Amino acid sequence: MSTKHLMGTLVIIVLAACGGGDKGPKLPPGAPPPGELGKNDGSGKAAGLITSEDITLGELDQGMVERGNAIYDVKCQACHSTGPNRVVGPGWKGITERRQPDWIMNMILNIDVMLETDPEAQKGLEECLVRMPNQGLSKEEGREVLEFMRTL
Amino acid sequence: MHIPANMKRSIKLTGAVLAGASALFLTVNMLNGCRPTTTVTAVTGDAAAKVYVKPGSYDEFYNFVSGGFSGQMGVYGLPSGRLLREIPVFSQDPESGWGYTEESKPMLMTTHGFIPWDDAHHPEMSLTDGSHDGRWVFINGNNTPRVALIDLGTFKTKSIIEIPNSAGNHSSPFTTPNTEYIVAGTRFSIPMGSDAERDVPVDSYKDTFKGTVSFIHPEPESGRLSIAFQIKAPGIDFDLAHSGKGPSDGWMFFSCYNTEKAHSLKEVNASQNDKDFIMAVNWRKAEQYAKEGRGMKVPGRHYSNWWNEETHTAESTIHDEVLQLDPVELGDIVYFMPCPKSPHGCDVNPTGEFIVGSGKLAALVPVFSFAKIQDAIAGKDFEGEYDGIPVLTYESVLHGEVKKPGLGPLHTEFDSKGNAYTSMFVSSEIVKWNVQTLEVLDRIPTYYSIGHLTVPGGDTKTPYDKYVIAYNKITKDRYLPTGPELTQSAQLYSIEGDKMELLLDFPTTGEPHYAQATPADLIRPREVKFYKIEENHHPHVSKGEKETKVERKGNEVHVKMTTIRSHLTPDVIEGIRMGDVVYFHVTNLEQDWDVPHGFAIKGNNNAEMLIMPGETQTLRWEPTHVGVVPMYCTDFCSALHQEMQGYVRVSPAGSSTELKWYTASVDAGS
Repeated sequence: MSTKHLMGTLVIIVLAACGGGDKGPKLPPGAPPPGELGKNDGSGKAAGLITSEDITLGELDQGMVERGNAIYDVKCQACHSTGPNRVVGPGWKGITERRQPDWIMNMILNIDVMLETDPEAQKGLEECLVRMPNQGLSKEEGREVLEFMRTL
Repeated sequence: MHIPANMKRSIKLTGAVLAGASALFLTVNMLNGCRPTTTVTAVTGDAAAKVYVKPGSYDEFYNFVSGGFSGQMGVYGLPSGRLLREIPVFSQDPESGWGYTEESKPMLMTTHGFIPWDDAHHPEMSLTDGSHDGRWVFINGNNTPRVALIDLGTFKTKSIIEIPNSAGNHSSPFTTPNTEYIVAGTRFSIPMGSDAERDVPVDSYKDTFKGTVSFIHPEPESGRLSIAFQIKAPGIDFDLAHSGKGPSDGWMFFSCYNTEKAHSLKEVNASQNDKDFIMAVNWRKAEQYAKEGRGMKVPGRHYSNWWNEETHTAESTIHDEVLQLDPVELGDIVYFMPCPKSPHGCDVNPTGEFIVGSGKLAALVPVFSFAKIQDAIAGKDFEGEYDGIPVLTYESVLHGEVKKPGLGPLHTEFDSKGNAYTSMFVSSEIVKWNVQTLEVLDRIPTYYSIGHLTVPGGDTKTPYDKYVIAYNKITKDRYLPTGPELTQSAQLYSIEGDKMELLLDFPTTGEPHYAQATPADLIRPREVKFYKIEENHHPHVSKGEKETKVERKGNEVHVKMTTIRSHLTPDVIEGIRMGDVVYFHVTNLEQDWDVPHGFAIKGNNNAEMLIMPGETQTLRWEPTHVGVVPMYCTDFCSALHQEMQGYVRVSPAGSSTELKWYTASVDAGS
């Protein structure tokens, strides 16, 4: 390729890299649209996350506890003990006394956003060094796990 | 048997063409001074911008490329030419464990036993109303006749069927407009029937060898493959095929060579006739005859293997018979059209009105008219018959011939504007011509010796007029040299303007034959990111670490193990004895995208395996030494991946070491 051609090519690449008319970052398809998740709305909490108003803790619901326990056995137990000791992640004994329910639910359901935006979650990663897996729980299943945690 | 008048033997002409072919093979680009011969002159200034896909962005098209003698299928992004994945199909893949795990071994079973390799030639996508639907891609195994179906949600081979009464499945797996059938025509004819009928001298070919073409039905829900019917054919060689569409829907066209029925030195002896055939099959009528019971069940033992996504395990079914139809007896389902000199490509334009034959030793490209074919059949305009099958009069069915298109026409695809693109193997070029006027519009060199080509959607009703991709047989000086064995090569050309424009070279794995390309948006919505653990019905699944265990059954030991970032459970196993056969049934408990775990154990006379999230897979191991044997995760999964390891203690045969297993202290302190 001649130098002239090469220069032409480079100029075009540089222009393309500058985005030439592209507005904002192009997210991979499937990623949440910008602003929907992960954007701090001024309340100190990333938009789209579960808030304390979303969760009501009433009397212990035994059915939910059992379902939460079953989910724990399949999807959580490999890394979290029900005692105070850390396995991969922290032990769950007394967890609902140490953490707010919405924080727990967000760690279960929205781990990637939490690790990007939440200082406490980031502190946890610095200690454990393994990114907590998103185990694909529905909101309802997350709530059942929270109910199970309340018994520990 | 009546030989058509224009199929006279002409040894001199064939010899000259063959000699010319080999001489021109290397010299045509050098001799022809008016063509660009190097990248410097062939590539224009903005080519780089047209193929640049910036980091983090996706390609616009998927390109499914046959792996040829690798037996697999390559998936590339276009226009970047980036290799995205190699899908294991017919060959064992020690990287993923395909063909090594207990679950996947049945996928490679045939009546010849476990066949760990094949020669994969022609990807063909599933169709709805004559256009790509993004659901499946098929590919043929040429050597041990088979057809595979790959699911484009998981990019995994879901079905493989063996083709009975076939001896080389080359003319395959071309799809009908609504994926009613995919076809399989035998490349080699062979003697069939009882042992005595098959054990014949090879020089009895003309009397004893027969061909078949099979119509395979993919079950729409499950993707299971079965042979709906098989059509008997004369003892010739079938090369490629394509389905009719629009007005020609209901017909399938197969290119045929060796109408001479030569059995030795075919290079010369199968190149004698001026014309071979394209075989036109009225499959709709054949289907009707099959339903009416006018076929005959004949011996045709074959395997049909199917991947059960609920158990993550392959299932093999063996069938003993196949339904055969005799076209001579039935009279009106098969017709031959004379086609110059050993046609390879047999391609139907997007409107379905024209069929292009590419006679690889011919100096012209014949284009047949479907309307004229119908008229000739109705008017019994036959110039003879061949083994009892009518041969239509060449001139009567011809739309016209593209004169002097180039040397060695192999294969043709189309754009939506009425243009055809034909690959010229001997003269190493792509020639663009108009299907209606037969006028040559443009030509551009390829580097070197192009085989097949593809236009995205270029064999369907809806081509995407953006690129044509050349799949070349020779790379020579195009890449940094790597010893005697060089990479294979594809080249991307723009067809957006009047003139074709070379944009990019990209290397491919194996030898690329045919390929398909389709918009990514057709496939991406089907994407499966992980398997739901709740839906895993593998008989040895561990849904959580509490279900892990080690069980002895005589000298068989079954280990139910789990993986999650970043430990194996159990990671200590004792009580294994020399002479045991150990099965590691490993369930990946992760439920997120892109978190496979791997599993390997020292000295295993086997491969590793990768277990996708939510999946269970099984690796067999026979210990070879007494001692403590390490095992570990092979797929870097977290900062503590290097710690994802464990030990198996192997004691001498007959020892009384207690069978035990654990992962220490998971619940300590609870």
